[in-house]
Amino acid sequence: MKAPLKWLRDYVDITLPAAEIARRLTMAGHEVKDMEVTGSDWEGVVVGQIMEIKPHPNADRLTLPTVDLGAGQETVVCGAPNLRVGDKIAFARVGAQILDPATGKLARLTPSKIRGVVSSGMVCSERELGISDNHQGIMVLPPDAPVGMPLAGYLGDTILDLDITPNRPDCLSITGLAREIAALTGQSFRSPDTGYEEAGPEIGRQVSVTIADPALCPRYCASLVNGVTVAPSPPWMQARLRACGMRPINNVVDITNYVMLEYGQPLHAFDYDKLGGKVIIRPAREGETLVTLDGEERTLSADMLVIADEGRAVALAGVMGGASTEVTGGTTSILLESASFYPASIHHTSQKLLLGSEASARFERGISAGVSGSALRRATRLLVELAGGKASQGIIDNYPGRAEIAPIPLSAGEIKRILGVELALEEIAGALSSLGFDCKADGTELKVAAPYWRSDIRLTVDLVEEVARVTGYDRIPMTMLSQPIPRHDPDPLIALRQQVRQGLACYGFQEVVTFSLVGRATLERLAAEPRPLEPEPLRVTNPMTADQEYLRPNLRGNLLLALSANRRHESGGMKLFELGKVYLPREKMLPAEPYALCGILSGARTERTWLTGDQPVDFFDAKGVVEGIFARLGIEAGFEPGEDEGLHPARQAGIVVAGERVGVLGEAHPKVLHAFEIGEPVYLFEVDISALLPHAAAIKTFQPLPRFPGTFRDVALLVDAGTSYRQLYDIIKGFPLVSQVALFDLFTGGPVPEGKKSMAYRIIFRAPDHTLTDAEVDEVQRQVLGRLEKELGAVQR
Amino acid sequence: MPCLLVDSSSIDPFTMMTYNPSMLQELEELRAGALRELQGIRDLKEMEAWRVRYLGKKSRLTQVLRGLASLSVEERKTTGALANEIKRQLEESLSHREHTLREAHLAARAGESVDITLPGRPCPVGRLHPLTQTIEEICGIFATMGFQVAEGPDVEWDYYNFEALNIPEEHPARDVMSTSWIDYQADGKRPMLLRTHTTSVTARTLERLEPPIRVIEPGRVYRYEASDATHVPMFHQIDGVAVDKGITMADLKGALYEFARRFFGADRRVRFRCDYFPFVEPGVEMAIECAVCHGDGCRLCGNSGWIEVLGAGMTHPRVLERGGIDPQVYGSFAFGIGIDRLPMLRYGIDDVRLFYGSDLRFLRQF
Ligand SMILES: [Zn+2]
Repeated sequence: MKAPLKWLRDYVDITLPAAEIARRLTMAGHEVKDMEVTGSDWEGVVVGQIMEIKPHPNADRLTLPTVDLGAGQETVVCGAPNLRVGDKIAFARVGAQILDPATGKLARLTPSKIRGVVSSGMVCSERELGISDNHQGIMVLPPDAPVGMPLAGYLGDTILDLDITPNRPDCLSITGLAREIAALTGQSFRSPDTGYEEAGPEIGRQVSVTIADPALCPRYCASLVNGVTVAPSPPWMQARLRACGMRPINNVVDITNYVMLEYGQPLHAFDYDKLGGKVIIRPAREGETLVTLDGEERTLSADMLVIADEGRAVALAGVMGGASTEVTGGTTSILLESASFYPASIHHTSQKLLLGSEASARFERGISAGVSGSALRRATRLLVELAGGKASQGIIDNYPGRAEIAPIPLSAGEIKRILGVELALEEIAGALSSLGFDCKADGTELKVAAPYWRSDIRLTVDLVEEVARVTGYDRIPMTMLSQPIPRHDPDPLIALRQQVRQGLACYGFQEVVTFSLVGRATLERLAAEPRPLEPEPLRVTNPMTADQEYLRPNLRGNLLLALSANRRHESGGMKLFELGKVYLPREKMLPAEPYALCGILSGARTERTWLTGDQPVDFFDAKGVVEGIFARLGIEAGFEPGEDEGLHPARQAGIVVAGERVGVLGEAHPKVLHAFEIGEPVYLFEVDISALLPHAAAIKTFQPLPRFPGTFRDVALLVDAGTSYRQLYDIIKGFPLVSQVALFDLFTGGPVPEGKKSMAYRIIFRAPDHTLTDAEVDEVQRQVLGRLEKELGAVQR
Repeated sequence: MPCLLVDSSSIDPFTMMTYNPSMLQELEELRAGALRELQGIRDLKEMEAWRVRYLGKKSRLTQVLRGLASLSVEERKTTGALANEIKRQLEESLSHREHTLREAHLAARAGESVDITLPGRPCPVGRLHPLTQTIEEICGIFATMGFQVAEGPDVEWDYYNFEALNIPEEHPARDVMSTSWIDYQADGKRPMLLRTHTTSVTARTLERLEPPIRVIEPGRVYRYEASDATHVPMFHQIDGVAVDKGITMADLKGALYEFARRFFGADRRVRFRCDYFPFVEPGVEMAIECAVCHGDGCRLCGNSGWIEVLGAGMTHPRVLERGGIDPQVYGSFAFGIGIDRLPMLRYGIDDVRLFYGSDLRFLRQF
């Protein structure tokens, strides 16, 4: 909402600097985003009066006007056709900055010789002053313009640009803002002049208004003005409309817009002769058509509200007028409408037809029906005053939706209870009264009635906010919460996630955060062989772009994209992870949103330095990270063959906790990598972090430190190449006196026969109650080797 | 593993010297030999062997001293005196020699310098995302004021995102928050959406918990918006709500000021002004003084001198009622903070898309 200070001054005295007004409005809830000072580039332009006009000796189409500038006169060469002696005009002295109509750029005015006559200055058009595109003739100022006054002082203004919150449609208007300024600066508000002379027959004999559904149209006011001459509106009105960002059209349309800006109430002018005297506000008939003012034929449905005559729809209520009753150059009788429509209905219609207007935007916000009458009278007055019309007697005011709202109680105690500040009842009443509220003292409380232009006051807290706004939020002290801290149980998943993140950062992983929405192509690329997505991921109805269409069912795609993107500017080792939600559809329910972890590794294990080599990462780097994280969490993980379609079939493992599959790790399938334009092996792991919670939450148990020393033995075993580490481990670890088993060497080839491999284990033996003797250890070792040989054919080397 | 020192002590060169005619002479020779030997010793290990050999329990000198009792009184006197003198001298010489050797060692090691400018053996350096760091920092600040973290779903019912928050259908606030709807229909309506604010979690919290309540709710939020330097279709917010008897707007100001003071520093002024959010009344916007212009107005703050940080207010009575809480009995405030803006302000990041681009050159800076 743009509000010129001069216009506001019509209704409230502004004694404070504009910046202070802007600050107070902002603090009170109407944020002033910008302040524009107009006329600041009219340096050297003053108000002048044309004293005489002589013809140019050498050119028929040029004249030589003499202009009185208060202090002295100037005679210049002028080509404008509309010069008249006595007119007040804007005169640019030599040195002034003027917009050159030919180039559209500002240029400094210099003396020039035009067809042999020297011209020192210029009579300006609106275009040259940057006021409008009009370059037909010079700009004629109102007769009361003071000669010699700088134009910036006369026409310049400060225009506030405000963000009006949705609850205050009344402040989308000059009067609304003037009322706020009055309350915030201790001034009083002056209402616009709505009086006019009534002439001709009573309006009720010429116009009838029928409201079919008062819920959709709580109030409909109309006036009738005959004998109107459609012409351009006066310059001051055009200037104000322009300052507020509206384009002047003609006096009738401009008046409706002007009053809309003044009151916030949209108005519509019908050509009465085309409309006739019967106005019906009713739902549209299904399939009914209407050509709107923009020339489009619209097919309507029964959930839209129209203004109609006896037969057809003539306007889309609150959204746009119809072409058939449009005010045109020949229009002489105006039926002026000022009505209130149900906001949701207007919103719905405007959305359905993809047709928005200044009017519909205001109606959607819920203009108070109370404003319709005064706005109508104001506009009628202006039509009479500025368009030469004669207003019929009276107005139509059909107000079936008038609701008597009971006064709202408010006490100083309630103010204290909500705001935490003690205010006297008189101060509370004073604040509310300054905003136009009616306060009646009733014992220790007030009974407060909101003014008719406010549609947002329903509850006591609404009044509390008004009081806080006007007295200032700074009046409220700052206190620390003093109540006991509530007992809530923390969500253990949050701490678990923190632990995992910290762990991965310690292992050198960089955390990334990627969008929850992904493209179908990304998801499809994750399978080595094309196959339908199973299950079908959740889709948003109107994706902004194709890569923001589906809710991610995994994190893998985004991480591969991240790796691929980083590879464009960086080589070397790269370790990334994300820990975030994935979205798994469920029938008729919100999706499951478990927290998933995905980490990826590629490139060198460590950067190449004078101390370290740059060996590439492999499967066991990924596995080591998973094992490390699980160890930190105190969760025992098992690994079993995996069948993930995005991973290398022979180099992947499922991660199992307590018999439940919680994740997968392995080498990304080369075809998948190719699809993501990654040209090197990538290892990744995925873990369902939410699924770990029941296992991680268990309280850790304490084991007393061993009291007796352990003894180790190293054994090298020759086994079949297909035998797994785990098979041997489980057997060895199964012996009660074996406390630890570690594989420290693994090799094939050389002295090892074909089809065999050599595995060397260090076994630590320990008894809880005594120091083991060599003989005891020998005996256990013998049994271990016996079992290994019997069950796995393992032979000691 | 047997100890080397014990090994060498088992060899006793002096058991062979018992034929010496005179005990005194033997002792003198022992003294001369030991001192000579001591001078040749170059390291501490040898020195320990020397000590064991000449002064240890099995050394000749100790044997002599122990055997004094079996000698005649005269012999005992002379031999004893000499043996004790030698023992003292050897001990002193040992101590002196040891000191000299340690000094020499240190002096020698001083020359064995490393190039301390060489880089160390690399340790893996990983980092948390700046948004994660920010969320943890905010949660930490509010935790000290007794706020517990709670979470809710990203994919949400219309009810919790709008209805329960006093934003019925056709409310103008719905248009401001351009919503991404999920492709799912029930009864001809689309009730499922991507939450437009974490205030939806507040609606759930009020329903789920009995007062007193102090909860903060971080999470991802979504808007149907094209990306540019200041907009992304997904970003992060943290909402919070406190409910208890006697909570006032003064408590709201105090709690949020404390957050601003801790997060931005005590030297930044804080401004509370009236603003509108459908789920609070009165509504509050908190801004902090612009760090660039200190309130004078500049490009960063849009010439206002202030930078909006959060929206807040006293929880609307209708919102409390929907959560089953009596607004006449309980006071409540609520707030919502846009998280992404905070590190942008702190570090001067000018493009919000950087947070979601996974570019290591960006992420490694935090
Ligand atoms: Zn600034």
